[in-house]
Amino acid sequence: MKNCEYQQIDPRTLVVSPSSAQKHTEKEAERPRRKWEVFPGKNRFFCGGRIMLARQSGVLPLTLGLIVFTCGLFFGFDCSFLVEHLTVFIPMIAAVLFLFVVISLLWTSFTDPGILPRATPDEAADIEKQINTSGSSTYRPPPRTKEILINQQVVKLKYCFTCKMFRPPRTSHCSLCDNCVERFDHHCPWVGNCVGKRNYRFFYSFIISLSFLTSFIFGCVITHITLRSQICKSLVQAIQESPASVVELVVCFFSIWSILGLSGFHTYLVASNLTTNEDIKGSWSSKRGADESGNPYSHSNIITNCCATLCGPMPPSLIDRRGFVPPDEAIPAASASEIELPLFTAKNDAHMVG
Amino acid sequence: MAETHSLQDLQQPAVSSKVFIQRDYGSGTICRFQSKFPSELESRLDKQQFEETIQTLNNLYAEAEKLGGKSYLEGCLACLTAYTIFICMETHYEKVLRKIARYIKDQNEKIYAPRGLLLTDPIERGLRVIEITIFEDRSVGSGR
Repeated sequence: MKNCEYQQIDPRTLVVSPSSAQKHTEKEAERPRRKWEVFPGKNRFFCGGRIMLARQSGVLPLTLGLIVFTCGLFFGFDCSFLVEHLTVFIPMIAAVLFLFVVISLLWTSFTDPGILPRATPDEAADIEKQINTSGSSTYRPPPRTKEILINQQVVKLKYCFTCKMFRPPRTSHCSLCDNCVERFDHHCPWVGNCVGKRNYRFFYSFIISLSFLTSFIFGCVITHITLRSQICKSLVQAIQESPASVVELVVCFFSIWSILGLSGFHTYLVASNLTTNEDIKGSWSSKRGADESGNPYSHSNIITNCCATLCGPMPPSLIDRRGFVPPDEAIPAASASEIELPLFTAKNDAHMVG
Repeated sequence: MAETHSLQDLQQPAVSSKVFIQRDYGSGTICRFQSKFPSELESRLDKQQFEETIQTLNNLYAEAEKLGGKSYLEGCLACLTAYTIFICMETHYEKVLRKIARYIKDQNEKIYAPRGLLLTDPIERGLRVIEITIFEDRSVGSGR
């Protein structure tokens, strides 16, 4: 029975210990916490976990600012002239495109890109056990990788040391956000978020609509300046009368090249059901000129690929931001601190009073 | 040997071990679970019952992720409304997930709980695994 004896707690230390600390732990044990408050990745949450962003918002304010600024100049300085001389549909089309661009941008930035929650301790232990016991065959792949067959193609799954699980196919760990993201495309600083399975369609809508918007504004401003210079019979005077148009021209001219290029590239990716990550790594580039498409995820034709990527069912968010942390995870922490309090009271007193 | 009894033992059965049914990626990234019968459940459950549960779950997930007229319509409508319908409407996938949750609850009540097992909904584990908790069998006789 000697082994099971409990350590005697001096009742005097309980009286001396600060009651505020005990009340604090009781309060913490009582208040149920939502999962976003204890999320391990580098993300920021707003509106009670409904909106999420990467920790570094990158240049999202710049992107939003540029779009709003350029469109503001367009509506303020060019539209009045164009409505007078051409048609009222011009600002209407521009307004619709502008709204679509901003909404797509916000959806892309604030949506969960397809983050995989980290493995629970039990899961991680089970996987460790399987890794250690699987080394009995004559050939074994390097530790912490698993080879599987997808549509008769060998795919290597890597073990993620941060998330403690084997990454599903097409999943990659983003070091900036410290999360594994499904169907990881890339981390976009312009949008301030990763682009993955859940927000790829928003991202694609954003760049396509932005291409249309910049081209449309560019065309309208050129038309405006041309018409004005015909009226004033001088290009310089036309520019002097409407200096804002020059600013818009410069912004649009430099954006168009990059945005149109990006749209074209992503259209190719969508049509062949690839991600930027896979394309850069050359995962499915034809090996020895064998199959025309080594990509095991590609469907039979381009239309199906496009529909699957852009119009497929919207997968749910797996991280359940607004759910409550289960009580059995919260209790061990609370009970441990309650047990520790009387033992460490003497030391704590000095820190807390001082 | 002195026996220690904690209050928890008297209130609920202790967890003996957990079995994890992993995902089957043979057909790509669609949600599918392996139907291999784990050896730890041999003493508790019929192989056929287990396979039926897994097969039904796989079929339900396939229904959620099906590419067809309905999902394309939903996708196109969403695109036209600048995806604002996702705020107001429940997606097809979410509807099927609720169906899956009901099915798992039903299976737990009818088949798994009477055998001292508990199925955890895969959505609570990020659709990575189906966690089956095996509780200590009290009827055999306690004491370790």
